Amino acid sequence: MNANHDDLPRNDDAPNAGRRDFLKTSAVLGGGLLIGISLPARNFAADLKPVAANAWVRIAPDNAITLICHRNEMGQDVHTSLALLVAEELGVDVNAVRIEQAPVDPVYINALLGGQITGGSTSVRDAWEKLRSAGATARMMLVAAAAGAWKVPVAECGIDNGFVVHTSGKRESYGKLADAAAKLPVPTQVELKKRADFTQIGKPQHRLDAPAKARGKTVFGLDVSQPGMVYASIEQCPVIGGKVKSVDDAMAKAIKGVIAIVDIGDAVAVVADHFWVAKTAREALAITWDYGPGAGLTTEKIRATLREGAKKDGAIVKQNGDSAAAMKTAAKTLHADYESQLLAHATLEPMNCLALVGDKGCDIWTSTQFPQGAQGVAAARSGVAAERVRIWPQFIGGGFGRRLDVDFIGQAAAIAKALPGKPVKTIWTREDDIRNDFYRPACLHTLSAGLDAQGNLVAFESKMVSASITNRMFPGVVKDDLDPFMTEGAVNLTYAIPNAMQRVVIQEFGLRVGYWRSVSHALNAFAIEGFIDELAHAAGKDPVAFRLALLGSQPRQRAVLERVAKESGWADKLPAGRARGVASMESYETHQALVAEVSQAGDKIKLDRLVYVVDPGIAVHPDQIVAQIQSGAVSGLINTLRGKITLKEGRVEQSNFHDFLLLRMNQMPKIDVVVIEGADKPGGMGEVGVPLVAPAIANAVFALTGKRARALPLSDANIAFV
Amino acid sequence: MTKLSINGKNVDVDAAPETPLLWVLRDHLGMTGTKFGCGAALCGACTVHLDGVPVRSCRIFLGTLAGKQITTIEGLGGRVGGAVQAAWDKIDVPQCGYCQSGQVLAATALLTRNPKPSDADIDAAMSGNLCRCGTYQRIRSAIHDAAQTLGAGS
Repeated sequence: MNANHDDLPRNDDAPNAGRRDFLKTSAVLGGGLLIGISLPARNFAADLKPVAANAWVRIAPDNAITLICHRNEMGQDVHTSLALLVAEELGVDVNAVRIEQAPVDPVYINALLGGQITGGSTSVRDAWEKLRSAGATARMMLVAAAAGAWKVPVAECGIDNGFVVHTSGKRESYGKLADAAAKLPVPTQVELKKRADFTQIGKPQHRLDAPAKARGKTVFGLDVSQPGMVYASIEQCPVIGGKVKSVDDAMAKAIKGVIAIVDIGDAVAVVADHFWVAKTAREALAITWDYGPGAGLTTEKIRATLREGAKKDGAIVKQNGDSAAAMKTAAKTLHADYESQLLAHATLEPMNCLALVGDKGCDIWTSTQFPQGAQGVAAARSGVAAERVRIWPQFIGGGFGRRLDVDFIGQAAAIAKALPGKPVKTIWTREDDIRNDFYRPACLHTLSAGLDAQGNLVAFESKMVSASITNRMFPGVVKDDLDPFMTEGAVNLTYAIPNAMQRVVIQEFGLRVGYWRSVSHALNAFAIEGFIDELAHAAGKDPVAFRLALLGSQPRQRAVLERVAKESGWADKLPAGRARGVASMESYETHQALVAEVSQAGDKIKLDRLVYVVDPGIAVHPDQIVAQIQSGAVSGLINTLRGKITLKEGRVEQSNFHDFLLLRMNQMPKIDVVVIEGADKPGGMGEVGVPLVAPAIANAVFALTGKRARALPLSDANIAFV
Repeated sequence: MTKLSINGKNVDVDAAPETPLLWVLRDHLGMTGTKFGCGAALCGACTVHLDGVPVRSCRIFLGTLAGKQITTIEGLGGRVGGAVQAAWDKIDVPQCGYCQSGQVLAATALLTRNPKPSDADIDAAMSGNLCRCGTYQRIRSAIHDAAQTLGAGS
């Protein structure tokens, strides 16, 4: 999700946004799974007690300062990052800020995405002005309240770690002033601190949630309980998209502890007093399915469909010069196809949702990246009006985009509807999770380029062919066959090429697809950065120098690439059996370059080191920027080395961690991260570490072995890693 | 009714003997620090100590537990457990945190039997515990850090 996409829904005045902006958002979101989202009848944020200075900051008489956190924590440490923004302006220690998860409310809509969504590496970027303003507004109101009580000019008052102070020596705590402050008008002009005056933003800071997480005290969606709670295990159609034809539940019903069997259309739920009973009884169901149109789907058919799609012209992503003419006159031309595979998200916390449908409406406790979508789907499936659906977002045991989808929440609401008054917790098994994902789409790229006699890149053509996630989830965002979440890393290509034509083809292939950490950045970067490496070698040039020559107008991109060359020792000759590969891009308003170092280890390849240099502009929470790169690297390695989902007869062939291969401790390379700050506002960080891993490693493998890998995962090309 | 010893306390559980310990802990006893990740002993999120040895509670069944001492994240303490958690805090290991109960228990078991593990020892002891976020580098650092703390205090 990139800043260069001006066609994305904007909601830049979100802090004061009301119904108008939300309705605009609803129009964007209306469709697909999200039909049924409607505006809550009342403004939940206005009900926050005891004293809400604004929708984000609450100050209690006992001095407790709470951030109503409107983004969901899934590992990226959004709690601390956002609390830092408020604490900096409020003049309190971030460690004293309590975190409470925000309800669904229009005020919490993400201006960069148009919905109440945690994703797209937008949390800090969206909050940068918004939450500092929230903190500053609260501070100004507290100071005004004290000045009023003391009958002194505001200019004579200051703040001191949770107190308003006066030049005379008077001081009063924020808590004591909060009631009076809340009655004052909200200032319309807010002055924010200058960067040079920051005392907390950009400084070393521990995660606020780390101690609880190391002690098993954090409550994830799976851990929530309610009195009288029962459990559901659901049998879903083995072919995604299929429906229940009939079910014989006699045997399952006879099992002790089983409470109900609920047919919800595309799945059958067994509800029992304990999860293990429900899961065991589920195995006794005899279901006849209508498998639907996906019954014959195979991985080979998907690849063939993408190859068919490549024959279409598609839509133009970006064009300059005349690539066709330049290609004809080029001294040398190259062509290559690159392929990326289907992937599951495989969050470690399987999908789950606790739902209660009763006299008071519908309550949903769950781990979600999209509380607003959760509310919409729960309303639609429970039959309860959206304004009576309350979402209680929990800590997320891994999101990676999977929890932007709300299918499991809809299922839980439908099951709970059949058992009014009973809180029902639906828990997927790992097998359910791997086999009922919204998969990272498979993708085909066709690329061509022309070099002149001096080896300069004079013509470049690329076509990306894949299924559109956005057409399913946010169809209003796709205009003229251009899905902005398929063009990331292409539309913002940093290289200046005199004649270039980049195209995208939306080619549905019969399987539902979803946003997977870094979305199309990873698909496009693998193809483009791999191909650029091929061009460098064809031109007889050093891959770093070849790229630098194309970055004349990109000082931040040049800087990260030059720095990564230095940090990785790029200029130093490596001993035989060792090699490096480089890749470079801008994503989420953050610039980065990556060098992968590999070595031959018998007939396998050892991944020795990844060296990242990232420039996020301002580093708000520096250690967690490093953590996000380390984490993105692991997502990238899953994509690169062994991870894949395949289909046979419409069924996903993988089922658990023995065949959907995540990275393990013994497979981890060393990761070095250098952060430089090249701008005066923060870029996104949550997904930045992912997309360059595949091209950097593939390029390193070429340097080591002479074998060019153009398909993922590399294990499919018999490139085996230690 | 099955009698169990969990974190030094005796508890009675009314569940079928083939119920996995994981679900006994979570659903019957409300001890949710132990996580469900795979149900097949492939991810380590459900790691507990059984007589001091790390095991996957999703594949240990209630009927086999009479007379055994079970330690979960809620009951982890002692010198080694404390050092591990202190190192986790110092290095800010967790990200989403879902796997961390299992990681902390696995690391504590490692350091209890091997106070100064090498990187290879860490790989051998910890590779059964998946972290989807990718905190491995920090887990490794934290184990070395805890080893140093423990070494300095002995």
